[in-house]
Order: sequence, then structure tokens, then C-alpha cells
Amino acid sequence: MKKNEVPQDLGSLGKITKEVCYVTDESGKYTTELSNGWDVKTNALDVTWDDIEHKVAAAKEKVLKGEASPLLYFLEKNVMNIGILSSYTGFFKWQIKRHLKPAIFKKLSPKKLAKYAEVFNVSVDELKSMEANDK
Amino acid sequence: MINNFHHEQAAHCESGVTRNLLKSIGVQQITEPLAFGMGSGLFFVYLPFLKFNNGPAIAFRNMPGIIFKRTCHSLGIKVIRKKFSSPEAAQYMLDKKLNEGVAVGCQVGVYYLPYFPKEYRFHFNAHNLVVFGKKDGKYVISDPIMEHETYMTPYELERVRFAKGPLAPKGQLYFAEQKNVITDDIIKQAIRKGIRRNIFDMLRVPGPFAGVNGIAFTGRSIKKWCDKLGLHKAGLYLAQLVRMQEEIGTGGGGFRYIYGAFLQEAFNYYPEERLMRLSEQFTKTGDLWRTAAVQASGIYKGRLGSQEDFNEMGDYLLEISAIEKQAFKDLSKINFSS
Repeated sequence: MKKNEVPQDLGSLGKITKEVCYVTDESGKYTTELSNGWDVKTNALDVTWDDIEHKVAAAKEKVLKGEASPLLYFLEKNVMNIGILSSYTGFFKWQIKRHLKPAIFKKLSPKKLAKYAEVFNVSVDELKSMEANDK
Repeated sequence: MINNFHHEQAAHCESGVTRNLLKSIGVQQITEPLAFGMGSGLFFVYLPFLKFNNGPAIAFRNMPGIIFKRTCHSLGIKVIRKKFSSPEAAQYMLDKKLNEGVAVGCQVGVYYLPYFPKEYRFHFNAHNLVVFGKKDGKYVISDPIMEHETYMTPYELERVRFAKGPLAPKGQLYFAEQKNVITDDIIKQAIRKGIRRNIFDMLRVPGPFAGVNGIAFTGRSIKKWCDKLGLHKAGLYLAQLVRMQEEIGTGGGGFRYIYGAFLQEAFNYYPEERLMRLSEQFTKTGDLWRTAAVQASGIYKGRLGSQEDFNEMGDYLLEISAIEKQAFKDLSKINFSS
């Protein structure tokens, strides 16, 4: 990539920091240049998040229908899977699978709920009501 | 604050951390490309039977932690690396080293990194940064991808140091202790060793998934993705490929440009014309990777989507594989002993 061809398409990272790119100058010698971002990769990130949003919406619907506990919603929202959640909380995978059932989730102790809430960066009330705002 | 440490932005987190830490212990000659090349950072691997964030597991670089280790080893610098089972012990050790005036490298997960934009927060645990002081109860952080230094509370730092999931850092910290003066001869040897190892990694790792063979394998796989996964999912897979290739921390073109820069710097130590010509080859494949990314974006944005388009995408990778194969073969023919 040549120095004067470095894309400067402002993306979400570009608002916080520019990134260093290795480029060649007129004589072909390597140097660095700062970039604000590149649409091609911003789009790659966007489609990935679109997909996550779809999954979150589907999870929300399931919770509202009573087919799953709010845990599923937060699981998707935090881009986790049961394995990652298990290592963050210290619960076994089979326990988390149980907690995904609404009836069992309702009976969870405050201590267990607090653990989930901390991992998801929300309060226990938000965890139960599924009403968390983006942070 | 540690006086001899200075934050400096870099393209790739681990190479940047390596450079910045080495400078803090008085080794001034090692630039980011040199660290990357001596550490044999360039790689390619695609593991089709593994999933990462619901997408293909693809990497353009070597295993995390290995660049720092190899670069220091080749220079004869002692590396101390520690993992912890308890956060308290991890913080105690960090505070102790900071009090001794040592800047400390940490492997962290990016998911809970407070200064990262939300869009970049995935469960990716192989990010590197340096802690080099404490101010008003907060740790002073040098994250090589950021333009300026940042701050984290002890709780925030503990959280990212003890991120969970694949490649969990387990509070891992590392630092280097300088013992000898780094001469040009030592650097020359480190360059030679780095290149040799990289030739092995790219040409001779057995199996179809790694190195230049891995690139060709991925190219052939991509041609089948449309039928196998459906257009939507194939698009998501390509998006993941592009993110691994171009995202922050790569210097662009899947690290190929950094490698090109490394070969030019190697020329300063080994005046061998072929190094300059081979540097151009990596610039060329870096450009090709980016052209392929544009093609991929056409697919995941929905502008393209026929089998023909997937074929073209796959062909880019086959072409890249061929060029890089030749380039590494040519590299292996250079006699560095003089």
C-alpha cells in the first residue's frame, strides 16, 4: 500500500484513536501512516454485529414467550457461549443450562444472580427484567 | 511512574509492546518491524474444525506471546513470564515490579477493556499492553494501538487480566532483564534466526492448514462456502476473515506490510539486494490481501454473491499462496553467513 492510498474512512475506532499502517513512500521505502479506518473492514464489523443483534432479538422473543430465562438474552448480548459464561461465573455448564429454564431461574439465590449480574455488567433487577441499556 | 518507559503507538500490539519494553531496558535499536521479524511473527493458519466467535478460526500471525519470547531469546535477553491462579497474587506481583521501576507487559482480554469502542469488544484474549505506573489509584497503561497512554482502575485491570474463554491470560505478566550490550552482530544473528524460522513456519509445517499451503487450502474452501454454508453465513465467514486480516493490530494486509518493512530493515544489516526485492513481494501480497478483502466485502454487503464471485475470491488466495511460497523459497536461498 502506498502512503497516499491509505484509506481515511472514519469508523468507530477512528473516533477514539487512529491506527498505524505500514506503507511505502514514493521511493518504495517503508514508513508508517495513520489511518482513521477503512470502509471494507468497518462493514465486516457491521455485518458481524448485525448478526449478533439478530440473535439477541431472537433470544429476547424466546424469553418473552417463556421459553428461556433472561440469561439467554444476556448470553447473546454479551457475545458469550455457555463455555465462556461457565468460566466467568464458576458454574458448571450443566448448571447454566438449567438456569436457562425460566422456572429454575426464578428460584435462583440472590448470590447466584449477583454473580451473573456482575459478569453481564448489569444490576440484579436489570438481569431479571431484561432491561439493560447499552454501556 | 517509570521514568525510562515511554508510550509509543504501534501497529501490532505484541510487537509494539516488545519494542517499547526493550527500549525501557535500554535496547534502542529494535523497531516494531524488527521485533515482528525476529519473532517470526508472520504466519497463516485456518482450522476448519474449530470455531471462533461463530466464525472460522483464522490467524495471520503466530501464537500470542511468542514474538516477545523469541525476539528476546534471539537477542540473549532474559524473559520472565508468570501466570497466576489468584488475582491478589497477580496484583501483588505487578505492584512489586512497578515499585522496583520495571515496566510490565500483560496479556489481557479485550472484552472488558474500558477504553475500547463497544464494536471491538469480543472475547479475544490475546491482546497485549504495558503497565508502567500508578497515578491517583489508577494504573497507567500503554496500549500500543492507542495514540496516548490510558488509565485503568485496579478492578478494571484485574478483570481484563483474568478474562476467561479461549487463550485465557490468567493474569499473565512478563518483563525482560537486560544482561548484555546489544551489538549489531547480535541483531544480525537474531534477524537471520527469525527469517529461518519464518521460512519453516510458512513452507514446512506439516499438514494442509498452515503456512502457504493453508492459504491455498483456505482459497479452495472459500469456493465451496457458498454452497456449503448458504450465502448469509458464507458472508459472515468472509467478514471474519477480513477482520482477522485488517483489524487493528495488523498494520494492514494481514501483517504482510510489517514483514515487508522488516525485510527492508534487515537490508540495513545485511546489504543483500534480494532482501529489497523480496520486500516488494510482500508489499504485493499485502496489496492482494486487501484486494481480496474488497471482493469479500462485496459479498458480505450483498453486492456480489454468485458462485463466480466466490471463485474469484478463492483465486486471490491461491495467487497469494503462490507468490508467498516463491518469496519464502527465495529467502531461503539467501546466504546470511557472510
